[in-house]
Amino acid sequence: MQKAILGKKLGMTQIFTEDGLLIPVTVVQAGPCVVTQVKTKEKDGYQALQVGFDDIREKLVNKPLKGHFEKGNVAYKRYLRELKLEDAEKYSVGSEIKADIFSEGDRVDVSGISKGKGFAGTIKRWNQHRGPMSHGSRYHRRPGSLGPGTSPGRVFKTKKLPGRMGSDRVTIANLEVVKVDAEHNLLLIKGALPGSRGTMLTIKETVKN
Amino acid sequence: MNIIKTLEQEQLRKDLPEFSIGDTVRVFVKVKEGTRERLQAFEGTVLQRNGGGISETFTVRRVSYGVGVERTFPLHSPRISHIEVVRKGKVRRAKLYYLRDRVGKAAKVKEKQVNR
Repeated sequence: MQKAILGKKLGMTQIFTEDGLLIPVTVVQAGPCVVTQVKTKEKDGYQALQVGFDDIREKLVNKPLKGHFEKGNVAYKRYLRELKLEDAEKYSVGSEIKADIFSEGDRVDVSGISKGKGFAGTIKRWNQHRGPMSHGSRYHRRPGSLGPGTSPGRVFKTKKLPGRMGSDRVTIANLEVVKVDAEHNLLLIKGALPGSRGTMLTIKETVKN
Repeated sequence: MNIIKTLEQEQLRKDLPEFSIGDTVRVFVKVKEGTRERLQAFEGTVLQRNGGGISETFTVRRVSYGVGVERTFPLHSPRISHIEVVRKGKVRRAKLYYLRDRVGKAAKVKEKQVNR
């Protein structure tokens, strides 16, 4: 992986291309991220960058993290995440990653926590079909048969049943970067992204090439 | 939210004339034919304006050869070259869907008298 950045989902809008095509885009506040730690093969066993994103007040930082931030002499950040970049050793603590690492037309994978749907039935959660609504069927949105009887005498694991849906980490692959606003650190990515407005997102160079 | 608004603001077109529901307008659309580009006019009554900001659209209805034709344009699309307001209409509602059920003279919108 060459390029990656943390961002915040701001919301959706649409933009026109020059020849009049209308493209739905999600606006992402991408960076500026600051490097808080460089992990090396010799010291940590693997190569990665620890980056922070989104400034916060001093009051919101606990003592251990405060020490960590002050060791590198960087501002307090809300989110700390590791990015496994190939060229991690080129960065030093305190250096910034900005939205301009991406350019128009790049393909990216975006990960984030999806919107929570609460306790959902099988129709919403697993796209199953419902029973007939009329002719005395009395079987509308239930999950159906759970399997055979005496043999095997149990319900198989992974049987699709109602339960908590959403609030999962979701990655959407191969999305197009439509526009980059380097001045305001904005990325306009084609299509919808996981989560609600304000969700933290990880934007990486796509693995699909 | 403000960031998105400013992003949209940059793309809004300010060169289009003001027109409202019931007006008769002539919309000049850029049409690509191979490598050549030409203008195509579409004249009719504005049936509705939908949405706001960059996503605003308007629908124009005309009856051609006895068949009703409606076209919906994104208002801020760069494909629209320009719009001419031919006639101001006097209407009492925001969506003129009732025009679809009418033919001939009944489907006409009264002209608005401009105050002197």
